[in-house]
Amino acid sequence: MQLSPDNIIYHQIGFVSLNATIVFTWLVMAILTAGSWLITRRLSTGAHMPRWQNFLESIVSMISDQIHDVTRQESTRFLPFLGTLFLFIAVCNLLSVVPGFHPPTGSLSTTTALALCVLVAVPAYGIADSGLGAYLKNYIKPTPMMLPFNITGEISRTLALAVRLFGNVMSSSMIAAILLIIAPLIFPVIMQLLGLLTGLVQAYIFAILAAVYIAAGLKVHEERIHTLTTIDSE
Amino acid sequence: MDSLTCIAAASIISAGVCIGIGAIGPALGEGRALAQALSSIAQQPDETNSITRTLFVGLAMVESTAIYCFVVSMILIFANPFWNYFLSRTGG
Repeated sequence: MQLSPDNIIYHQIGFVSLNATIVFTWLVMAILTAGSWLITRRLSTGAHMPRWQNFLESIVSMISDQIHDVTRQESTRFLPFLGTLFLFIAVCNLLSVVPGFHPPTGSLSTTTALALCVLVAVPAYGIADSGLGAYLKNYIKPTPMMLPFNITGEISRTLALAVRLFGNVMSSSMIAAILLIIAPLIFPVIMQLLGLLTGLVQAYIFAILAAVYIAAGLKVHEERIHTLTTIDSE
Repeated sequence: MDSLTCIAAASIISAGVCIGIGAIGPALGEGRALAQALSSIAQQPDETNSITRTLFVGLAMVESTAIYCFVVSMILIFANPFWNYFLSRTGG
């Protein structure tokens, strides 16, 4: 039984190996890119829009609304990053019902890479929003004594983000494999359905948590505007 | 018992204990959170969207401890470093 698709190696050149994670990551990327290209080739603004355009528009507006609800800001800045995270993870997890497909998110290397993207994106958005000094001041709040704890929190939540996604996806594929041994008739189908649900929920949670972390990095700025407006109104 | 048998027995037993005990805490916590969220929704149905979203995020946070236990027990069973080390020593 394979713990992660990293161990399935198709081709090896020297120390560079082409494993299942890389192959299926590129496959998902190709599906997403080709699908978006095909659908956005013929866009219309009239009353008769193609059904796939309707589908994409509903997804994008749903993501945009959710981001707006969480960050309480204009979502256009965060939409490319968070939307890509959500779509990539969701497609990976949903395709895991296809026989022979090993979800790339079931490998710790993929989820770590995604979590590292979030780790970099949080200060990037924070600095772009409020400047370097104001962002770095977040780390010594409320007192400079909290500096190590703040840094530890940043690292541990990245680790939690990676291990949570990996553990959930890995466990659902593992449960399917174990059930195939014990009760191969109907039970694996039910667990696969449950796996679809948890896969989508995990993609949602990953994107929402990334949005929450990014919003937490922007908070100081927002509070300052808020206090200014309250002072103005008083 | 030679060391390989010791390691196998200890790994299997501790994997079971790890996931068994590790599932209790998150289960209790998630149950409490869910019950509280349901009563909040019953009191304020207008806030269902916001409560559900926060509930999902919170459940994911709570559940991550159980996921850690699961990953540790999976490592103990399928990718045990001590087992591999002693297996390579006895084999080679």
